[in-house]
Amino acid sequence: MSTEDPTGVFRAEASELLDQVEQALLDLTQRPDDAALIDSVFRGLHTLKGSGAMFGFDALAAFTHQIESVFDRVRKGHARATPELVATVLSARDHMRALVEGDAAPAAGEAILARLATPADVPDPALVASRHAAASVATGAWRLSFRLPRQALAHGTNALALLDELRSLGDCTLVARRETIPPLDRLAERDCYVGWEALLRGNVPRAAIDEVFLFLLDDMELSVAPLVPSEAGARPAAVPVAPGANGAAARAARGAQAELVRVPAARLDTLMDRVGELVIAQSRLTEIAGDRHDLLLRSVAEEIERLAAELRDTMMVLRMVPVASLFGRFRRLIHDLARETGKVIALETEGEATEIDKTVGERLFDPLVHTLRNACDHGLEPAHERLAAGKPATGTVRLTASQAGGAAIITISDDGRGISRERVRAKAETSGLVAPGETLADAELLALIFHPGFSTAGAVTTLSGRGVGMDVVKREIERLRGTIELASVEGEGTTVTLRLPLTLAIIDGLLVRVGTGRYVIPLAAVEECLELSTEADRRSVGRCLITLRDRLVPFLRLRELFATDTAPDPHQKIVVVANRRERIGLVVDQIIGSHQTVVKALPPFHLSLGTFSGATILGDGGVALILDVPRLIARGQHGRGAMGEAA
Amino acid sequence: MSAIAPVAAENDAADLAWDSRGNPEVLTFAVGGETFAVEAMLVREIVDPLPETRVPGALPLVDALVNVRGRIVPLVDLRAAFAMPPSAVTADRRIVVVELTLGVAASLLGLRADRAHEVVTLAEASSEDPPALGMRWPQAHVRRLVRWRDDVIVLPDLAAILAPALGVAVATD
Repeated sequence: MSTEDPTGVFRAEASELLDQVEQALLDLTQRPDDAALIDSVFRGLHTLKGSGAMFGFDALAAFTHQIESVFDRVRKGHARATPELVATVLSARDHMRALVEGDAAPAAGEAILARLATPADVPDPALVASRHAAASVATGAWRLSFRLPRQALAHGTNALALLDELRSLGDCTLVARRETIPPLDRLAERDCYVGWEALLRGNVPRAAIDEVFLFLLDDMELSVAPLVPSEAGARPAAVPVAPGANGAAARAARGAQAELVRVPAARLDTLMDRVGELVIAQSRLTEIAGDRHDLLLRSVAEEIERLAAELRDTMMVLRMVPVASLFGRFRRLIHDLARETGKVIALETEGEATEIDKTVGERLFDPLVHTLRNACDHGLEPAHERLAAGKPATGTVRLTASQAGGAAIITISDDGRGISRERVRAKAETSGLVAPGETLADAELLALIFHPGFSTAGAVTTLSGRGVGMDVVKREIERLRGTIELASVEGEGTTVTLRLPLTLAIIDGLLVRVGTGRYVIPLAAVEECLELSTEADRRSVGRCLITLRDRLVPFLRLRELFATDTAPDPHQKIVVVANRRERIGLVVDQIIGSHQTVVKALPPFHLSLGTFSGATILGDGGVALILDVPRLIARGQHGRGAMGEAA
Repeated sequence: MSAIAPVAAENDAADLAWDSRGNPEVLTFAVGGETFAVEAMLVREIVDPLPETRVPGALPLVDALVNVRGRIVPLVDLRAAFAMPPSAVTADRRIVVVELTLGVAASLLGLRADRAHEVVTLAEASSEDPPALGMRWPQAHVRRLVRWRDDVIVLPDLAAILAPALGVAVATD
């Protein structure tokens, strides 16, 4: 638990490194000859190897060393970053992650190494030439000007060794530039202030120079210019060498990171609890101040009320994270899916800066994976079909995020074949979901896809259609208090739209009383409230149904469900809750009012009850349970009775 | 957050507190005429009775929630685990709030006590494993029995007692 645990720190770091390596590898599939990307993968692996060994992850260090060697060959131009190689290294990356987590199967690692051993190790002359293109330009001499990163020494770089390495390349004259060394009283003894100018003679390839500074390139200043003989004597203008777009991006990312503080989520939760307490204490203070005619006390109470509200808003924002990290994980998925299906798939993303609650993001992962798989597997056609239909061979899957009102909207769309209404109907008719020939609106027909057990896939593939259907996706989204919608044009593609609350930490709830207990019903699910007429009450002994605008709506008596032993109120109310097309009435004793509610997790003992999704603390300090509406609806639809004899 | 002895983690953890610390300090409290004890280092606070929220459908062992300083804490009734009848409401009732690691996360539990006694240091020498015979209680619910003055103190195995409430789905049909 302690943040001081060095192994934990290493794990967090390793996880970041592995993510970087993964992103660079995925970029490599598009630009296999991009030297900056190859270097970035190599550096990531090298660092991982080094720190892995330092923290005692010997198996990881040994395995990473092997992969690093393979990539070293790519870097030196002895091998090419073919899609096969990248795919293998990607699976090696997964194995490294398992090694970091400590749940790796040794056989998996050996299989990967065996696959890597096969690629021909013959240097491709053309490749060597292209990677060392600059080298062929190399004439006689180079003029170098460089300055190490300020913290290089503190980070363990041996500057002298670098200079020696440079000297070993050829005939080298080095001059130190001391003008940037501050006066003694302002000098930090661990910082590196010295810069160097060097004249390097001999037939030295340009790449060999970069090689010397490989691990510092992103952060150091380095300019290299050929010393052309005709200009000998004249001082050539130094051409600054960009460390590569990748380097610049990495530096930008690191710059942004410097502004961030890593905080364990549990501490945020604790802080949230404290804020919750403060709000409760504050409301009591406001009440007391209201009772007394003390203007001074009242103004202090109002001030504290305002501050508490602001503090709570700030707290909410702290839990928000951009969806970029979530979307980033899908690049790999699409890459793997494209390989498995043999389709050419491009993933486009938009709105990565949109922020959602951390928990929502985590729980969105599985539903999104499933939806993306559907899009790639069932939605997109094989290249030849696409070409025949006059579409580009590359199928496109778009993933977008945006914010509207109090909700985050995520769409997953593909430009594939769309959903065949005919097949949906045929399938629904064979499985008895609809009567043959029954008239259905288009939306109703499409909604059948969310029915449990529905799957139109002609054949079950390894990717999707393994019994887990869109109904599971729908249920998970509803559990996040979101909604899911489907739109599809045959021949043009399908779009799935998810609407999610920005945060799970606060909901608008309807506070009701059943017996002596108070419960919260999420307001988003509430359609209307009405009175349970004495007549309906009497008649409902056998059947619990009311007629609502010519439709029969089943209802659940929460008093019975909760085994309440007090006498019922004379005028019981029905709260009609809905979950897309299904609705039920919940009979309660009293509707107290609507409330903004801070949602807290249920103790582990009460999760399996299936009735409550959380709990909250009310203004008077009491605890109220929050009803799990989707599960109550399922219960009402299936006519289940009271829960548990236990109470 | 301070480290908590993983009392609930393993069954042999029952002996851990004795071996590592020799003679542990415990808080003793009364439930249904018996004296129980929990390690003092697990105890977060002792509070007066709070307004309770009943959880419909939950096992009698953990059938209510209270708000302890902004945290929602389940109340554990040891009577249910030791087949004791409900006792009369007295002015001495307290809630002993302990922090335990159940599964993965540390969680707070409130133990209902008829009265909280004192913090005492027990001697390992005077402790015994629960006898296989002669107890009215399930043997797994008791970690140790300790002779103390003229009384016997029961160290309950909270992990074993709470296990049924954790894993088992309760009466969903």
